[in-house]
Amino acid sequence: MFQVRIHGRGGQGVVTAAELLSVAAYLEGKHAQAFPSFGSERMGAPVVSFCRIDDKEIRLREPILEPDALIVQDPTLIKAIDVCQGLKPGGYLLVNSNRSLSDLHLDAVAKQLPAGHVLTVPASELALKHVGRPLPNAALLGAFARLTGIIQLQSVAAAIRDAFPEKIAAANIAAATAAHDAVASADAVAAA
Amino acid sequence: MNDRTTTLDATQKLHFYQKGTFTVGNRLVSDQQRAVQASIDRSNALTCGHRACQGCGEALGARYAMDAAMRATGGNVIAVNATGCLEVFTTPYPETSWQTPWLHSLFGNAAAVATGVAAAMRVKGRPEVRAIAQGGDGGTTDIGFGCLSGMFERNDDVLYICYDNEAYMNTGVQRSSATPPAARTATTPAMGPEPGNVFGTGKSVPKIAVAHGIPYVATATVADLHDLERKVMKAMGIHGARYLHIHVPCPLGWGSASQDTIRLARLAVECGLFPVFEAEHGVVTGSRKIRRQVPVAEYLQPQRRFAHLFSSDAGKNRIAHLQAIADRNIAEYHLLDAEGEA
Amino acid sequence: MLKQIEGSRAMAEAIGLCRPEVICAYPITPQTHIVEGLGEMVRTGEISKCEFINVESEFAALSVAIGASAAGARAYTATASQGLLYMAEAVYNASGLGLPIVMTLGNRAIGAPINIWNDHSDAMAVADSGWMQLFAETNQEAADLHIQAFRLAEELSMPVMVCVDGFILTHAVERVDIPEQADVDAYLPPYEPVQVLDPQDPISIGAMVGPEAFTEVRYLQHYKQTLALRLIPEYAAAFKKQFGRDSGGLLRSYRCEDAELIVVAMGSVNGTIKDTIDEMRADGLSVGLVTLVSFRPFPTAALREKLVRALNVVVIEKSLAVGMGGPLANNVDLALRNVAGAPQVHSVIAGLGGRPITKTSLHRVLRGAFVQPWEGSHFLDLNEKIVAKELHYVRKVRRSGPTAENLLRRLGQAEKAAV
Repeated sequence: MFQVRIHGRGGQGVVTAAELLSVAAYLEGKHAQAFPSFGSERMGAPVVSFCRIDDKEIRLREPILEPDALIVQDPTLIKAIDVCQGLKPGGYLLVNSNRSLSDLHLDAVAKQLPAGHVLTVPASELALKHVGRPLPNAALLGAFARLTGIIQLQSVAAAIRDAFPEKIAAANIAAATAAHDAVASADAVAAA
Repeated sequence: MNDRTTTLDATQKLHFYQKGTFTVGNRLVSDQQRAVQASIDRSNALTCGHRACQGCGEALGARYAMDAAMRATGGNVIAVNATGCLEVFTTPYPETSWQTPWLHSLFGNAAAVATGVAAAMRVKGRPEVRAIAQGGDGGTTDIGFGCLSGMFERNDDVLYICYDNEAYMNTGVQRSSATPPAARTATTPAMGPEPGNVFGTGKSVPKIAVAHGIPYVATATVADLHDLERKVMKAMGIHGARYLHIHVPCPLGWGSASQDTIRLARLAVECGLFPVFEAEHGVVTGSRKIRRQVPVAEYLQPQRRFAHLFSSDAGKNRIAHLQAIADRNIAEYHLLDAEGEA
Repeated sequence: MLKQIEGSRAMAEAIGLCRPEVICAYPITPQTHIVEGLGEMVRTGEISKCEFINVESEFAALSVAIGASAAGARAYTATASQGLLYMAEAVYNASGLGLPIVMTLGNRAIGAPINIWNDHSDAMAVADSGWMQLFAETNQEAADLHIQAFRLAEELSMPVMVCVDGFILTHAVERVDIPEQADVDAYLPPYEPVQVLDPQDPISIGAMVGPEAFTEVRYLQHYKQTLALRLIPEYAAAFKKQFGRDSGGLLRSYRCEDAELIVVAMGSVNGTIKDTIDEMRADGLSVGLVTLVSFRPFPTAALREKLVRALNVVVIEKSLAVGMGGPLANNVDLALRNVAGAPQVHSVIAGLGGRPITKTSLHRVLRGAFVQPWEGSHFLDLNEKIVAKELHYVRKVRRSGPTAENLLRRLGQAEKAAV
């Protein structure tokens, strides 16, 4: 089972991100379970959502306490909440930011994780560019696909297409693709 | 039945017999002008054998109202009844005096249940079957108020009839928000510095119904049963939310003689304390003029629930206060503007 | 058709396939997505010949359903927690009158303190009202149970509550096979009322019944629920035949064959418990699980048959009968009453107000049950520190203030201290 925890603030599409991720996994024939940390609807409040992906039926219903991967949609949460709590030793960390890991004080975390497992992606900027709104979730999923390989970009695209009207879907897919490709070329740079 | 004039200049028309008055009633009017109740073909939707008190205004009003509705709809009525006197005295287990489909759910939900009935008839493709909700003042103005307002607001196709005897009679005459000021009830006893119900409280649900802007609102009284039937039949010709508020004296709760029910209902109208009017979509369209105004004291006197007002100066003051309320009603609804009858 | 879909939406689609005729909606967390979905489907025509009525309170919602059902229409509504209590009078009215209304209960804790998260206190509050209560373990079962519920309700002329864990099921997106309309039509015939308001054949419904017949009316309600004990498995079997999967029934067991310790639970927590049991079994512990689907009628005989050979039974429930203990545990006791050599029953109160029930905690309490079973109800993951502090404080100070706020403050202080 692969467990993903997504941190963000209300209004940033954190819940949608988990749902899209689950749909992407489903489209690849996997079982997936997505659910939010629940609360009253409130813009700006910290929100956590969860997504489990497995090859067989998922029976577990507890919140994800030991994620295999973390997505942080709002880096201001890093100081406020222990977003990395429970992250597994071989886990992944993806942060929405145009700053470096050291600027975000994530060097220590990165050291404890395998090389290449911790990444920042300027998802809000990519979203602004392609979608016109700083909603980073689609871009982050594109990057996430490339980072972890747990789902493919085309599945993310298909999930987005299912969920949104044509024009909005196309814009979000563009953002996701851009983020995915940015990670891919950074890999190429790192490997080189 | 024709009148004749002489060749002389008449100072008064001469009638050899009276017709169309309260005294003579139906016997001399044409079939079209007769009450539904006068017809041998009436539905008897609420038939005899019920257990109402002698002189019960509610039984009288309900009988007239329901048969008028049956006439207007060709017998296609489903009645929903709130808990209360009407429900209790018409269905003493194991009997029922209803000859029309009838549902008693709870005290406060008659309006909502009727909404459900109306919806079911629509969805079943039987829109000709109409829903009528009935309740006393307690079940309408107090505990049923939320559901009533909801039904009004949605403009559901329900005629809600409130039989207002101005207290919770079935449970032993306790005060409701329809109880008039100064009236003695079990929970507003004629004791203390201000005996009876408190002034400055109470609500007019007919006015509130008008404020909802629903297609039709009317008040009626068992003192004018023709008018009551007319209003029911008019209401059944309209679709959407409709409200009919009928004043029904209760000999037991009011402490009046059982033979005075209709007389008291008339005095309530003629003194101005119970305005009889109609409204459509938020606008009052007409009122029944007072034929022969009487002071409120004449209305209050035969009712023991107001007896304490007649034994002191303070009581006289409060009668004056009630008179002021009546006068305000007369002004507001133009109850004395026109000459003669309405 | 297989879909990756939000639980609420799956339920709405399943309900829509049942051809409801009158739907009344009043919003309350966590059921809102269900009625919103239904409202959309009525607007677009996906559900046809249906009146969708936005009412002004839950009391009105069930009242409208009562009127509609009595007049012969298939009626549906949904609520939770506070809303259920607000319609409580109508709940008893519907079952007392024998009206086959189906209602979704998005299980949520009842306040005070106000709490929007999942537990079973709302279902427990009306468990004895005469409604049948079926608990879904997964969103697939949540969808399926609604279809079975309409058939069950209409056959017995008795209302049915389908209980689905608020948020955990309602707001989870997972794989659900949404049935085809033709299959639902084959399984669920049009509503044929036992009693109906019809001007062509007038009857009076809702008379007062005195001491001379009231007991008999109630007895017949109770008797009908014993008939349901037979019908529920029958309809589940028919469901399997029509739709090809196991869903519903009175209860099901997991790895109970030789189990020394058997857990009993209702709702979504069963999934987590199964994972825990697999891990315990891998460690050689003899443990199994009975998932109760039908809480009312309570399947006394079927449950007894599953539990009687175990040494210990641990009932894990998201409900508390204040002053008594676990209501589910109490009901389970009934299944083992007067049975010679019956297992001991141990009560665990867990997940109140939405507190997550974790595998870690389940391991701790279940493994503990093997070693040292306890008396009375054990409160899983109770924060004994803040409880002790509060108890100490109220002994010292008369005007100690509202309990809930005090505990929240202590919790906040404890978290600050921990950082």
